[in-house]
Amino acid sequence: MCLAIPARVKSIMGFEAEVELGGIGRRISIILTPEVKVGDYVLLHTGYAINVIDEEEAKETLRLLTEMASLEDEPEE
Amino acid sequence: MEPFKDEKILLAHGSGGRLSHDLVEKGIVPAFDNPLLSKLDDSAVFEVKGRLAFTTDSYIVTPIFFPGGDIGRLAVCGTVNDLAMSGAVPLYLSVSFIIEEGLPLSDLGRIVASIHEAAEEAGVKVVTGDTKVVNKGSADKIFINTSGVGVVPEGVNISGSNARPGDKLILSGPIGDHGIAVMSEREGLNFSTLIKSDCAPLNRLVAEMLKASTEIHALRDPTRGGLATTLNEFAAQSRVGILIHEDMIPVRDEVRAACEMLGFDPLHVANEGRLVAAVAPDDAERVLEAMRQNKYGSEASIIGEVRKEHPGRVIMRTRLGASRIVDMLVGELLPRIC
Amino acid sequence: MKFIDEFRDTELAKAVIDRIHRRSKRHIRLMEFCGGHTVTIMRYGIRQLLPPTVEMLSGPGCPVCVTANADLDKAIALAQEPGVIITSFGDMLKVPGSHSSLQKTRADGADVRIVYSTIDALHIARENPEKSVVFIGIGFETTAPTIAASIIQAKSEGIKNYYVLSMLKLCPPVIKALLDSGEVKLDGLICPGHVSAVIGSLPWGFAARDYGIACVVSGFEPLDVLQSIEMLVEQLEKGEPRVEIAYRRGVRPEGNLKAQELMRGVFESAPANWRGMGMLPESGLRLREEYQSFNAEHAFAIDPGPTREPKGCLCGEILRGVKTPLDCKLFQATCTPDHPVGPCMVSSEGSCASYYHYGTV
Repeated sequence: MCLAIPARVKSIMGFEAEVELGGIGRRISIILTPEVKVGDYVLLHTGYAINVIDEEEAKETLRLLTEMASLEDEPEE
Repeated sequence: MEPFKDEKILLAHGSGGRLSHDLVEKGIVPAFDNPLLSKLDDSAVFEVKGRLAFTTDSYIVTPIFFPGGDIGRLAVCGTVNDLAMSGAVPLYLSVSFIIEEGLPLSDLGRIVASIHEAAEEAGVKVVTGDTKVVNKGSADKIFINTSGVGVVPEGVNISGSNARPGDKLILSGPIGDHGIAVMSEREGLNFSTLIKSDCAPLNRLVAEMLKASTEIHALRDPTRGGLATTLNEFAAQSRVGILIHEDMIPVRDEVRAACEMLGFDPLHVANEGRLVAAVAPDDAERVLEAMRQNKYGSEASIIGEVRKEHPGRVIMRTRLGASRIVDMLVGELLPRIC
Repeated sequence: MKFIDEFRDTELAKAVIDRIHRRSKRHIRLMEFCGGHTVTIMRYGIRQLLPPTVEMLSGPGCPVCVTANADLDKAIALAQEPGVIITSFGDMLKVPGSHSSLQKTRADGADVRIVYSTIDALHIARENPEKSVVFIGIGFETTAPTIAASIIQAKSEGIKNYYVLSMLKLCPPVIKALLDSGEVKLDGLICPGHVSAVIGSLPWGFAARDYGIACVVSGFEPLDVLQSIEMLVEQLEKGEPRVEIAYRRGVRPEGNLKAQELMRGVFESAPANWRGMGMLPESGLRLREEYQSFNAEHAFAIDPGPTREPKGCLCGEILRGVKTPLDCKLFQATCTPDHPVGPCMVSSEGSCASYYHYGTV
């Protein structure tokens, strides 16, 4: 298990990046996600980005859940 | 620490000889400038009428300087607050230093200035003190003990064992600021944050609360162990149950984020400028209003209530509507990966 | 906080809970493998919100809890070596070994330092060239690539005083062993989200194919876990077990290839000692030949002495999902977070700690 939290990449310096989460700033390693770009969100685990978060998928998941929730509110046919 | 040519504290500064005297007379006492202290008698003698509240605490925080404060400010606020939590008006403090040889004098100077500033803010006087110096390695830079004396006004009867079913629980402000501010300075956990310690003297806030109501039953400042520990203490001492609501407990975004990163529960993170009160339900709104007028209570909110059920336990209704137990902090808060 | 707050949305969560109640007819047993999932479930009281047809079991997905005493004893023995600085994640400090713990050893004078990252451990190594800095390598596939990266970094910088004591473990093999043991009848598995971020969802295929287990890779926020439970219920109601990813924002079917490459480049599979399950083949990671100079076991003659298992501790069975903390006589009596007997009470996501701290009302 592993505590990994989403953090936004503010700047990139070689294999390191400055990220921020809710106002907290940290310098981390992006050696495991060399494809990352400024503005991306990464999953941060023990000082390393272990994956780049797919924002489209996040939106899609929320959209789906929201849609399903509102379907329930509709009167039974 | 103007008159000193030496840059660092030496063992001799604590030995009672010339260097000691110079340090105290020229370095420390002038920072406080009050007649009792300046007498430099072995004890400060003063007259007090009424029920006395008396408390002592030692401060060993590391690092000694952190965003929003330092060990000096902490030493004053912690003891002033302990007095205030009994409803007492704090009057006099003692300050004892145990200093590790080699501490830069400029650090001591900063700390002494900070103690003075905090004491002024709280309206208390530092009337007696002590300074010892130990070998390098025998203390972590500086340890401070403060003891404090105050007077409890007539009719005021506040205790952790007085919380009653029906009481509302009022929290004076967002939790976790101090613990996170200190953590952010610690080696190995480096993250940058704008969070400052909430370290503050709460005696004036308490005075306002007491003016608003005579039915404040319990008061405590959630320091080490956080809000969770304090509420568990109330529940145990008063033999009552406590119910709090997750979405009524204010936590700053940055504190939340730091807790996420390190794996902490904000309920377990230390505060040094907050209080939680158990107030009779009819007076709760009035007390809340009074708190919000004070700078250290401007974000006060009602977070839950005391009940007869599940005595000794603190239950939290989570945002999903389920309930879970809130336990006190066990051991120390250690950052985790899992 | 973005990507956290939205997935704690109360309204959406309640809607998922409603749907689970309506859809779930069959009695099913789901295991959340990951300690982090156990924490979410306990912290938000999710068990209480599920219908009685959905039974939840906690699995061995807590790297601290599954570290065998014999391995922890090695770390403690190393801490006692002169000139050694032990660097470790905070989780391990209080776990009791056969005779002591890293925390107790530190109180006795050993140099044991908590670090948040191997990056900090490397920093300590650079600052203390005359000492040997040993990093206690616990974790699963989420953490393994980060440890691998630190070794590669050390090698490229020519750092000669950095070592790793690898107690890294792999998840799919232990799931397979659990299923093979037949001890626990499982219908579905909430698959670890961040392990899968690294290894992808494909490695879980065997569970669906060969054992008929419904598998959903889940995120860690309450909405994520609830959505995953809903998806598992759906698979099982339809009788169509397969592997699905609920945590689509964090996990791709192929995982993070770069992380896998780094991990495999530095480590190779090896037998590993799992608390409660003993030695499982190919279930752990050890340093490859070309990185032996970073292997703490290679560099130090470690003699931890005979291993002693705590009497009466049910950690092993709890990890296998066979018993719950409530079945343990020591739970809350002699075994508390202050005086833990076994690691399940120490690790904040160990079952016993979760039950103790969050309880049920």
